[in-house]
Amino acid sequence: MALLTIQDLSLGYDSVAFVENLNFSVNTGDYLCIVGENGSGKTTLMKTLLHLQEPVSGQILMGDGLKQNEIGYLPQQTIVQKDFPASVGEIVLSGCQGRCGIRPFYNKAEKHLAETNMNRMGVLPLKDRCYRELSGGQQQRVLLARALCATQKVLLLDEPVAGLDPKVTSEMYDLIEGLNQEGITIIMISHDLAAAIRYASHILHIGASVFYGTREEYLESDVGKFFLMRQKGG
Amino acid sequence: MLDKLGMYLQYPFVRYALIVGVLIALCSSLLGVTLVLKRFSFIGDGLSHVAFGAMAIAAVLNLTNDMLLVLPVTIISAVLLLRTGQNAKIKGDAAIAMISVGALAFGYLMMNIFSTSSNLSGDVCSTLFGSTSILTLTEREVWLCTVLSIAVVLIFLLFYNKIFAVTFDENFSKAAGTNANGYNLLIAIVIAVIIVLAMNLVGSLLISALVIFPALSAMRLFRNFKSVTICSAVLSVICAFSGIIVSILAGTPVGSTIVAVDVAAFAVCCIAGVITGGIRK
Repeated sequence: MALLTIQDLSLGYDSVAFVENLNFSVNTGDYLCIVGENGSGKTTLMKTLLHLQEPVSGQILMGDGLKQNEIGYLPQQTIVQKDFPASVGEIVLSGCQGRCGIRPFYNKAEKHLAETNMNRMGVLPLKDRCYRELSGGQQQRVLLARALCATQKVLLLDEPVAGLDPKVTSEMYDLIEGLNQEGITIIMISHDLAAAIRYASHILHIGASVFYGTREEYLESDVGKFFLMRQKGG
Repeated sequence: MLDKLGMYLQYPFVRYALIVGVLIALCSSLLGVTLVLKRFSFIGDGLSHVAFGAMAIAAVLNLTNDMLLVLPVTIISAVLLLRTGQNAKIKGDAAIAMISVGALAFGYLMMNIFSTSSNLSGDVCSTLFGSTSILTLTEREVWLCTVLSIAVVLIFLLFYNKIFAVTFDENFSKAAGTNANGYNLLIAIVIAVIIVLAMNLVGSLLISALVIFPALSAMRLFRNFKSVTICSAVLSVICAFSGIIVSILAGTPVGSTIVAVDVAAFAVCCIAGVITGGIRK
């Protein structure tokens, strides 16, 4: 069975759906990019996958023994975080909160896991630094390390390269690709169609017309051709 | 001067005032960091006005123990304010402003119409600015305050990691399976309890100062959550303690003296922050 199976899912607010009848499935090891215009419902889809929001109708089924709290999430930055006095270590450790359940304090294994993931993302030397004083790329690495603490299996990334310069952007993509090759399933929202086509194994296009398929199928499809042309044009 | 202080300390009411003052300062500073970071600095102000309104109604109804009315009303308001913060028709700051001035006006109206006291403006002034009520605490009130303070500190320690996580990134917490709404509710209830306690100390107009100043001062100096929280608690206790001592020796109003000391501490921390920040760079 697939890791995530989405059946007849309709998304929206206050039971008014603006995306209807989504059907797709994500298998272990996939690299899925969700593309579409602004306001097409990409973020709503992600929030629904994370159960932050109820779907208007339809179902999200989990397979392969995936539990609800085993999804790693890399949200977009909030205003609150811009001046939040927190050290890198504190933030990464908070990724283990799902493992704690109602236990109030983190145990040795969780602290070790946080260190391992900081090392994996190359931010261990910044452990005691203040998060808000880091560069945009470093901040994203910290949040990625935190997301890795929450999951072994699947990462949901919401515009992970927003606001990063081109060099840091490509480093970020390489990092994500590396994680994918280690066997972690990636689901990523992106504005950056060129990168989506370069890295993703599957593409979900939502908006006026919905497309789901592999990268190659997308490049051949009408939706894909049209969208690609538009992006190149402007 | 020390003799004078020693003499005052022999009176139980002065010792009570010190104990209660320090405990309230400790509690209010702990959650202050979270509230400032969540952009809820003004919630203390709003809630204290609600508590003022409830107190006026309790006075009019001649309740012997006004806590029974004031505490639940304040808790309900806190829950409503923090809950609706996310997707209400009336947004957070407007809701706080609305509730706070509404309750203030209503409270004063009630007191004015129904009060039998000969010194109405004196009563109102002491509720708003705290004046002497901290020096007239009974032993029972001191115990109540101590128990509630210990409860607040214990809750904060037990849920410290969760409070940090929920404050830093609510959506991530929810996705990781943490009951973020539950913790927001907990924060709302605890802050309401603190506000009601703190009314005795500084009065309803000045409570925000106790909540936000230590947190803001600590944020000038430290750059991680744990140090900021500890520093804010220590600063708050020192400021409250020295404020009470000064007010006793100089005969100034307790609440405003404590707040004045808090402001001074903030100024010192700002300067210290600039200097140490300069060295670090």
